[in-house]
Amino acid sequence: MSDNDFRLKGSVVTTVLLEVRVPNVDQIELGLKEKISQVPQFFDQVPLIIDLNACINEVTLESMQVLIDRCRQLGLAVIGWRCAEDDIPSWRFDCPLPLLPNAKSRSISSKSEAPTPAKDPDVVIRTVVEEIEVSQPTKIITKPVRSGQQIYASGDLVVMSQVSAGAEVLAEGNIHVYGALRGRALAGVKGNAEARVFCKSLEAELVAIAGNFMLSDALQKIIWKDAAQVLLVDDTLEIAPL
Amino acid sequence: MAKIIVVTSGKGGVGKTTSSAAIGTGLALKGFKTAIIDFDVGLRNLDLIMGCERRVVYDFVNVINGEASLTQALIKDKRTKGLYILPASQTRDKDALTHEGVEKVLEEMSKDFDYIVCDSPAGIERGAQMALYFADVAIVATNPEVSSVRDSDRILGILQSKSRRAERGESPIEEHLLLTRYNPARVSEGEMLSVADVEEILAIPLLGVIPESESVLKASNQGTPVILDTDAAAGQAYADAVERLLGEERPLRFTDIQKKGFFKRLLGG
Repeated sequence: MSDNDFRLKGSVVTTVLLEVRVPNVDQIELGLKEKISQVPQFFDQVPLIIDLNACINEVTLESMQVLIDRCRQLGLAVIGWRCAEDDIPSWRFDCPLPLLPNAKSRSISSKSEAPTPAKDPDVVIRTVVEEIEVSQPTKIITKPVRSGQQIYASGDLVVMSQVSAGAEVLAEGNIHVYGALRGRALAGVKGNAEARVFCKSLEAELVAIAGNFMLSDALQKIIWKDAAQVLLVDDTLEIAPL
Repeated sequence: MAKIIVVTSGKGGVGKTTSSAAIGTGLALKGFKTAIIDFDVGLRNLDLIMGCERRVVYDFVNVINGEASLTQALIKDKRTKGLYILPASQTRDKDALTHEGVEKVLEEMSKDFDYIVCDSPAGIERGAQMALYFADVAIVATNPEVSSVRDSDRILGILQSKSRRAERGESPIEEHLLLTRYNPARVSEGEMLSVADVEEILAIPLLGVIPESESVLKASNQGTPVILDTDAAAGQAYADAVERLLGEERPLRFTDIQKKGFFKRLLGG
């Protein structure tokens, strides 16, 4: 065997932590389902660690196995679990997943802290959900969007070319078109009133922000064949030069 | 391996078959072994334009169904060396074109030929999609009017999304714009879109501009590809387009109004 065959290196992977406070598997599954349905792409095969610090004494090997199975059915990649060092259960080695060490910073203090906010929720993943809203990916299209094509972006949409007449671009966030916008552009389609449409040459059939739309007839009276942005001010569409 | 060229447009009547015949003939004239396939099953036209309708025995669908071999179905052109025509079936419809069947025929032909020109039917349905699916190069025939340009734009979208190259994530189909039936006088009067207008809307490189000309109709009715009419502006424009397709640079001709000379006016030419 030569040294070139492999290398051992340290690596850090961002994971999601599932803090179980009450080991009610059905309730946890329901809660997870709801969270996942909000941002399915984010949770798809995301590495997950089950944290049993708060309830390790109530967890059996059977319930642990059911929890792992349910998580996997929901498309989460469960990679391990952790619990307080003093309370390591006897089934530790029967569990198919490895016991991972607790993060250093939280140590024992987290154990005493944990019960405080644990009045009702079985699961806490609030922090993760907040992160997602920021990290919604931007979709970049480098080729012309041709007549009859439809592009949807769950975040922002950037078109580096033109949008032809008869084409439609939709985004939950902003839309940028670095070419002529001759088709339809609908920004903030899930109700984001802060979304805007930017384009190098406004020749659109229709522009819309959060459901408020304007047709080309109206646009031609304001800005036509020129760089422009479309935004919503007090529920009214405004077309402004760039 | 042959290069597969599709001549397509979306809209009907813009000059796909005329252009397929002219460009296929032009490639053969340049010394490339070329076949032109008529994909317009049920509305067979290419054989008429090529003047070989009386020699059609077997057709494309027969070959797909294994009822005839390629050598039996391919018609050797009598005027141009190295040029072959694979006619469409007149008695069938587009459903006779199966993915596997078309692929098999094209693969077999690829071994022998340098270029295979696929003459697409109009529309965006099965026949047109079959014609473009295996293409390496697309020539989008467009008339200088809004509906033709819109349909060309639509077909460009289909080339990008529904071709084999797109599905396999390979380098995209090489796209060329061929502006046909161009009439500079009507452009200057604002009745037709200009070359620049169409280029701006479609945003693909221009392969050639074919002037509107009586010689095209005459050639069609005689069953002669117009490119063989070397005196006609349309024939010369197609020859230029073939050169550009092969990577040569040619200045654009026949896009300005030609002033009639004194004698031409006198003779009413």
